[in-house]
Amino acid sequence: MNNLEFTILVGLGSFMAGFLGALTGLGGGVVLVPLLALVFKVDIRYAVGASLVSVIATSSGAAVAYLKDGFSNIRIGMFLEVATTVGALFGAFLATKVSTSAIGAVFGIVLIYSGYLSSRTPLDPPPGEQPDPLATRLGMNGVYPSLNGPKSYFVHRVPLGFGLMFGAGGLSGLLGIGSGAVKVLAMDHAMGIPFKVSTTTSNFMIGVTAAASAGVYLSRGYVDPGLAMPVMLGVLAGSLSGARVLARTKTKQLRWVFGAVIVALGVEMIYGAFTGKL
Amino acid sequence: MFRKSDWTDQKIEVIIANLLRAGVTLAAMVVFTGGVIFLMRHGKEPAGYHVFTGEPSNLRNWRGIVQAAFALRARGIIQLGLLMLIATPVARVAFSVFAFVLERDWLYVGVASFVLLVLFYSLLGSAM
Repeated sequence: MNNLEFTILVGLGSFMAGFLGALTGLGGGVVLVPLLALVFKVDIRYAVGASLVSVIATSSGAAVAYLKDGFSNIRIGMFLEVATTVGALFGAFLATKVSTSAIGAVFGIVLIYSGYLSSRTPLDPPPGEQPDPLATRLGMNGVYPSLNGPKSYFVHRVPLGFGLMFGAGGLSGLLGIGSGAVKVLAMDHAMGIPFKVSTTTSNFMIGVTAAASAGVYLSRGYVDPGLAMPVMLGVLAGSLSGARVLARTKTKQLRWVFGAVIVALGVEMIYGAFTGKL
Repeated sequence: MFRKSDWTDQKIEVIIANLLRAGVTLAAMVVFTGGVIFLMRHGKEPAGYHVFTGEPSNLRNWRGIVQAAFALRARGIIQLGLLMLIATPVARVAFSVFAFVLERDWLYVGVASFVLLVLFYSLLGSAM
């Protein structure tokens, strides 16, 4: 395959990854690294570097569409970014110390676990339940638009959510993904934030988290311009299209699609890691 | 229960959204330009990403990247676009600090400043 053919095919694949990533709040990275490593046989370190850069594009590009809908919560996002950025630095330094098959195996486990968690019914807090006093002091409670007009929500279990976010940041730095799955789950399941708010706030945080580890990857020579170019442009175009569809999609269907895709990719990644294909 | 400054938050979000859009659009245009030049010069060469060799040292830090881009080297131009893309979330956090100052929300000025410091440490500390 020459550079022109490779660019076109990777660009198309990245478009699909970005589309799916924006729809699910996963970010493109979680689909991208398996796509590049398994289908295009790219060394996982290059795949991770290109993915990390594209994750920033996904997040920043889709944020425009999301923010105008008024779904995201900048205070929740900013507070949790303290945990994700420190975690991301830690993960990026760890990534330079472990083997590629170890990264592949961890990647697979993360995919399967996220898929399993996403298939469970979200624990929507019953109306009138008391919020975490810490969340109230941090000004995290908010309002989001629904079909029946503006709906208010309260934030729960802030320390647990914060701890999970450190883990999400670490995985982001290690695997070059946005860790959107872990971020969404921490916000839905632990903190009881409505799905659309957590999806969009997660998307909003992904770029900042990825930027924290991107510097480390760039200086290690993991970011190849020839590969990152079609990946970043494809993902960006895909994520912009995906964000347009989000407001019209039912969250339940979204969760099932999201769960099925990532479990399948997780199985492939673990298989690849153990058969030495990564 | 809710903050009085919700309206201001809304305004800040719109400004941030436009800031992100501008940064990403600019970065994408630079990457695209570099990509076109890259494919015109090297389109027929075989693509090889199966074996990891790492990037040359001048494409690993911002000084080298800027020099390569201004020398009109295709890979340097793409890398410059990617560097601009990485800088976009950093600019967003920096703007958030400023916005929280305007809101006189000192708690979040502190929170956002901390995040900004971590980003500077990563970008300047390791990619100098």
